[in-house]
Amino acid sequence: MARLGDRIAEGLVFLAGGAAVLFVALILIFLLREGLPLVRYYSPIPFLTGAEWYPLSGVFGILPLVLGSLLVTAGAVAIALPLGLAVAIYLAEVAPAWIKDVLKPTIELLAGIPSVLLGFVGYAVVATVVKNVFGLPTGLTALTGSIMLAYMALPTIISIADDAIRAVPDDFRHASYALGATRWQTIRAVTVPAAASGILAAIMLGIGRAIGETMTVWMVTGNAAVIPTTILQPVRTMTATIAAEMGETARGSDHYAALFAVGIVLFVMTALINTGADLVLHRMKKKYE
Amino acid sequence: MSSRTTEKAAFLIMALCALLVVLPVIGIVAYVVAKGAPAISWEFVSAMPKRGMKAGGIFPAIWGTTLLVVGTAVFSVPLGIGAAVYLSEYAPDNRLTKIIRMAIVNLAGIPSVVYGLFGLGLFVVFLGFGTSLLAGSLTLAVLVLPVIITTAEEAIRAVPQDYRYASLALGATKWQTVRYQVLPHGLPGTLTGVVLALGRAAGETAPILFTAAAFFLPRLPTSPFDQVMALPYHLFVIATQVPKMPESLQYGTALVLLALVVIAYAAATAIRMRLRRR
Amino acid sequence: MDQRIEVRIVGVSLYYGKFLALRHIDLDVPANQITAIIGPSGSGKSSLLRTINRMNEVIPGSRLEGQVLVSGQSIYAQNVDVVEVRRKVGMVFQRPNPFPQSIYDNVAYGPRIHGIKEKRALDDIVERSLRRSALWDEAKDKLRKSALALSGGQQQRVCIARALAVDPQVLLMDEPASALDPIATLKIEDLMRELRQAYTVVVVTHNMQQAARVSDWTAVLMPALDRAGELIEFDKTAKIFTNPSDKRTEDYITGRLG
Repeated sequence: MARLGDRIAEGLVFLAGGAAVLFVALILIFLLREGLPLVRYYSPIPFLTGAEWYPLSGVFGILPLVLGSLLVTAGAVAIALPLGLAVAIYLAEVAPAWIKDVLKPTIELLAGIPSVLLGFVGYAVVATVVKNVFGLPTGLTALTGSIMLAYMALPTIISIADDAIRAVPDDFRHASYALGATRWQTIRAVTVPAAASGILAAIMLGIGRAIGETMTVWMVTGNAAVIPTTILQPVRTMTATIAAEMGETARGSDHYAALFAVGIVLFVMTALINTGADLVLHRMKKKYE
Repeated sequence: MSSRTTEKAAFLIMALCALLVVLPVIGIVAYVVAKGAPAISWEFVSAMPKRGMKAGGIFPAIWGTTLLVVGTAVFSVPLGIGAAVYLSEYAPDNRLTKIIRMAIVNLAGIPSVVYGLFGLGLFVVFLGFGTSLLAGSLTLAVLVLPVIITTAEEAIRAVPQDYRYASLALGATKWQTVRYQVLPHGLPGTLTGVVLALGRAAGETAPILFTAAAFFLPRLPTSPFDQVMALPYHLFVIATQVPKMPESLQYGTALVLLALVVIAYAAATAIRMRLRRR
Repeated sequence: MDQRIEVRIVGVSLYYGKFLALRHIDLDVPANQITAIIGPSGSGKSSLLRTINRMNEVIPGSRLEGQVLVSGQSIYAQNVDVVEVRRKVGMVFQRPNPFPQSIYDNVAYGPRIHGIKEKRALDDIVERSLRRSALWDEAKDKLRKSALALSGGQQQRVCIARALAVDPQVLLMDEPASALDPIATLKIEDLMRELRQAYTVVVVTHNMQQAARVSDWTAVLMPALDRAGELIEFDKTAKIFTNPSDKRTEDYITGRLG
């Protein structure tokens, strides 16, 4: 009798184990199910390469949205990468214990702040600062989005790069010190190069985080669906487009399908980035085992 | 410059970078607290909105978020812990397990708005739940699942192997060992992950945009198939969608949302601290 | 020999993946005696011990050839439940490993998972087991206190009580005193001599004085050139330590090997 209970419990545990696979499959299936019908209205080539997004006129070129996402993300990485890397090295190699005790919880808190709250602060405060500093007609620009996204990607970048640097065996450092190198020389010449693949993974995951972020960019980037020429103008990202327009579409319409198709593009981009980062991380782990 | 001077300069720059990360976080928290605190009153957190949400309280939004979090927990916690137990105690080292791990990594990286689309396609439309508490909870449950699995697995793996061996050597079955030794001793760590995951669910907006959230509701929800107001979406609405919104109401709502997250975070930290002391 | 044989190991070879850890071991363990397994590290002492309660199976990739009989029953036969085997053959580990629970819950764990729920019955088992492991007097006033608050030697005696609480026929001890101080070690050894009256005890030890002090029989394992453990001698402990028949045993016990 007790054994039957065991079997049932274990059966449920096995099922739960497969849940993640099931959900990834379901997500893909339902994106395709709702998004693929777009081909009835609009063909894939102009969808992917078209420079105009006029959903109400049935024109669905996602190039401006993709470029908007890439521009905001690139700006975010340009800010978050040096900052995140510096902080990760500082945490792993330099900072005294009491600073770590302040830094780590703060970074964890940053990771936990809801994106809508950061969007709100960006909208109310950062946008005004950007507007005044650059003398712009509006502060809701790609740059504002990049600044906010940089801070949202920082926890990911810092924690993974920190782990990667810590994983470098002490032997390397000691060998360098024994040759008379300073700590900084050792960091630059030995530790960081040895952790390069982990740092690469950190950057990739940071990009994945930034490109998929929705609420904040929706609230602070101004949402003009045109191909951006500078970082100081409003842009519209893929995520913000889905979020903003889905509420206004009729189910089964061309617009509805087009937004799901944008979701497919997003899904594919983030899946490639995350799988790539995971492979890099695995290779790194193997190296030091 | 001597190498010593270079080192000092480099370390100084790094410390400044750290400051550049910490100060804005403290700044945001302090700013929201300072501007939001005057709006906080018993009425604010317990009353219905009035005059097109420009006065009164935000109770329906707080209540809606509470219901969503409870719903999320109901679906995600058993599933997540089950998956964690499978991966830590049962999963053989084979291709299927690799696929599962790959799926978890991917699930964690899917943008939240794509979860929203998925929830719309599966729960709202295909299963016919409509825009509802149920559809929103299910969508959020899938979203937090990888977080729960990952943290719970880590906690369960950290249970010393000795306990498993001792239990097996006494003639306990594998499941008895899991049930009476592994799970109880992995519980505090698992709980930390669960609390953090639910804190995240409470703050998410994009996944509930098309699956659960209502702009405004005159009544509280009475069934799982009702739409709900939710705190993060409410903040979005009153911050960007309603003109001439009193600032105090916006910051007050932001503060309540922040407090919710900080409480979850503090609870998780407290559990972790207790765990470490043992 | 008119000795009843409790555990009979017949032609046992043990593999971990491709690695052969034990080669064709034959060993008859007499009932109600203490049998010590000695040998240099890497000779497979613990592996051999674990074949007697199938704990070798918790290591992925382990595979056993041959037979092990406990009270005349083959424990590796198709229809035998591993859970039943481990109930009959208790085990005490090298490092004291009480669960992070109360002393009472530790000792009651086995009976509980085997279905005993009644408090009176559990109380009796806990008291009897703690008495047998010579811990009752020290522990009776703090049964609800965490077992981890005890000293190392006391923790090990909790683990012994825990093993006794399921009423095994055989008690396996894997270097039970190696993590303890000399005084606690002597206590455990006294206890082993007591236990011999009710149980068949098999103990792995790397401490030859200990084997000589407590055991009635001694089995000597030695790694062959391919590192597989082989049984080179098994006899009365007195004989092994005074007049070993194998040259390698003599070298080992006089300290020239291992």
